[in-house]
Amino acid sequence: MSDEHSHNRLYLTVWVVLLVVTVVEVVLAYVNLSIMLMLSTLVILSVFKAALIVAYFMHLRFEKFSLFLSLIPMLLICVILMFAFPLPDGARVLELKP
Amino acid sequence: MAQQAHDASVSDWAGGRSPFAVGSKKLGMWLFILSDTLTFTALLVAYTYVRVANEGWPRPFEPSSIALASVMTFCLLSSSLTMVLAVAAAHRGDRATAAKWIWATIAGGLAFIVLHGYEWMQLIEHGVTPFGNPWGVPLFGATFFTLTGLHMTHVTAGVIYLAIVAQGFRGGRFDSEDVEVSGLYWHFVDLVWMFIFPLVYLLSNVI
Repeated sequence: MSDEHSHNRLYLTVWVVLLVVTVVEVVLAYVNLSIMLMLSTLVILSVFKAALIVAYFMHLRFEKFSLFLSLIPMLLICVILMFAFPLPDGARVLELKP
Repeated sequence: MAQQAHDASVSDWAGGRSPFAVGSKKLGMWLFILSDTLTFTALLVAYTYVRVANEGWPRPFEPSSIALASVMTFCLLSSSLTMVLAVAAAHRGDRATAAKWIWATIAGGLAFIVLHGYEWMQLIEHGVTPFGNPWGVPLFGATFFTLTGLHMTHVTAGVIYLAIVAQGFRGGRFDSEDVEVSGLYWHFVDLVWMFIFPLVYLLSNVI
């Protein structure tokens, strides 16, 4: 029973942290930051939120490590590849325009 | 067999065992989530690409729609919380409580659908449609409505899925693993929104 209570408290804590990070993100949108700084902060915070959801809500932290190794690293590599090549090209297209 | 299980020299991968120690339904849902992540990544990349490559990208999101999107984020995050509580109750074997929490999750999902639909209607009223907008950058509508539309489809499908699971689990047709698997799907839908919200809504405040 106490184990279950601690689990529910863990879920509540994660939920509160997610809400706080979301509020920080919204506040960031109204603060005058340089675009690159704001973009990287938002991406880092979002990755942090996603990691919390996957680890605790989706329970991946409590699964076998082999499941994590099979699912996450190659997914991260694919996602990074998908962003890393098109985005600089998008900026290049903008420069090519007269 | 029991002796073999304790034999450290036999690898998990030698066959005859489940190396991930999860049920096949759960593994199947994880693999689906993997491929769906890549689909959504492709759409987010497409949105970001055309946004970077186009001058005069439309910024139709007023402070009120940023506030609305924040409320939608709150709805999804809270429905994720009720979903983990449902899964915890399901593992306890408390069918009535689990069904109650799943219905709370569905309520969060429905609130999201209604608010998002309202926001879409407002955009369409201002002439922002999938095929054109007052700023003359039709790519905005194409990428924005494809991205959020696919996400809305997932939320809608999730609400129907959860309703079926809630009824079936209450009636004893499904077991707790089915609830957990539906929970994985729901958290994934929440997770996707955690990227759409900052990259589409919040960033439109600055760039």
